[in-house]
Amino acid sequence: MNELRYVYAVTRPFDGALPDGNLPDDLRGLDGEPPRLLHHAGLVAVVSPVPAEDFDEAPLKAHLEDLDWLTGTARTHEAVIGVLTTLTCPVPLRLATVCRDDSGVRRLIEADHDRFVRTLERLDGRIEWGVKVYAHTPREDTQGAAQGAAPEADEPPPATGRDYLRRRLGQRRKRESAWQRADSMARTLHAGLSERAEAGVLHRPQDARLSDEPGVNVLNAAYLVRREESAAFIAEIDRLGPKEPDGGVRVELTGPWAPYSFAGLAGLAGLAGHAEEGSR
Amino acid sequence: MTTPNRLPDPYASSGGANLADILERVLDKGIVIAGDIKINLLDIELLTIKLRLIVVSIDKAKEMGIDWWESDPALSSGARRRELADENERLHRRIAELEAESPQ
Repeated sequence: MNELRYVYAVTRPFDGALPDGNLPDDLRGLDGEPPRLLHHAGLVAVVSPVPAEDFDEAPLKAHLEDLDWLTGTARTHEAVIGVLTTLTCPVPLRLATVCRDDSGVRRLIEADHDRFVRTLERLDGRIEWGVKVYAHTPREDTQGAAQGAAPEADEPPPATGRDYLRRRLGQRRKRESAWQRADSMARTLHAGLSERAEAGVLHRPQDARLSDEPGVNVLNAAYLVRREESAAFIAEIDRLGPKEPDGGVRVELTGPWAPYSFAGLAGLAGLAGHAEEGSR
Repeated sequence: MTTPNRLPDPYASSGGANLADILERVLDKGIVIAGDIKINLLDIELLTIKLRLIVVSIDKAKEMGIDWWESDPALSSGARRRELADENERLHRRIAELEAESPQ
C-alpha cells in the first residue's frame, strides 16, 4: 500500500521529555499508532504514515467534504498536538499538511526552516487559553408570540392585552440588559486579560449549531500566556468574571491549547501590543 | 463559570473541547505550510459552508450587532440599541394608552 506522511506539528527536539524517545503508547495518530518523530536540521516533525488512497489530493478533497471524517481527523490532529503541548512547544500545522514520503517532510522542514525557528523562539514556554463570553437572553418573542407563550414555562398566559404588552416589555428589558451586561463583561475581560497575557486575539463568535453551547457567543478570544503565569491568568478570569451566577452572562475558559492562534501571521499581529480600550 | 482544565494536564487538553473550538483552530489557525499534497481548504465547497458555521455568519452577526472581531471592538452596534430603545418606547406608550382606556 502506498503511504504518505501526515505532519501534525514541528517542534524542537524534546527527547529529554520522553522516557524512551517515543511518544506515549496511548497517543494514537491517524493510523491508530503513536506518531513518529522525524528529526531533521535541528527540528522535529511529528508525523503519521497515512494511506495514499485516503490522503492523496483527490481522495483528500472528497474526504474533506464529509463532516464526520473531517471531525474525526480534526479531533485526532488536535489530540496529538494537545499531548505534544504537555511535553514541548509545538508549532501546530494546519489540518491536512501531507508529504509524499520522509524526504518530502525533510524538504518541508528545510523550506520553512527560518520561519519555524523564529516561531518556536516566539512561542517557547507559552500556551494558549481560550476565553468566551455568552449572553443568555430571554427567547426572542417572535417565537411563541403567536401562542402568547412566555419564556418562563410556569407563567400563566397573559390575561389581557395589557398584561401581554407588559410581559413583552419585561422580556425586552431583560434581553437588553443581558446584552449590555455581556457587552460590558466582554470588554472588561478582554481589557484585563490583555494586560495579563503576552498577546491576545479576537476570533469570530461561534455559532451554537456547531458549538452546541447555550446562549449567544459574544466574545471569542484567545490569549498567549507563559506556562508559569497560567494560574495567575486564570485567577484574573475569576476575579473579573460575573459575580452573580444568574445574570444572563456566562464566561467559559478552554485550554490549555498549543498556541494555534499565534503560530501564523495573524498571531504576529496579536503580539503587537494590541490591547484595545476596554470601553469607549 | 466553566474551567475545563486549570493547568496543563496530559490528555485532558481537549477532552471536553467543543467541535467549533477544535475546527476553528485546526482548520483556521495552525501555521500553513505547503506539503507535497496541496489542498486549499478554502476550495472545499462543503467545508466553506461548515466553516461559516464555525463562526456566526457575517449576516447573522451583523444582525446581532456583533462585528467587533473585524477590528472594531464594539460588541453591540448602536443600531441594535436604538432599535431596542424604540421598541421599549412604543411598548410604554401602548401600555399607557391601555391603562388610560381601562382604569382599574
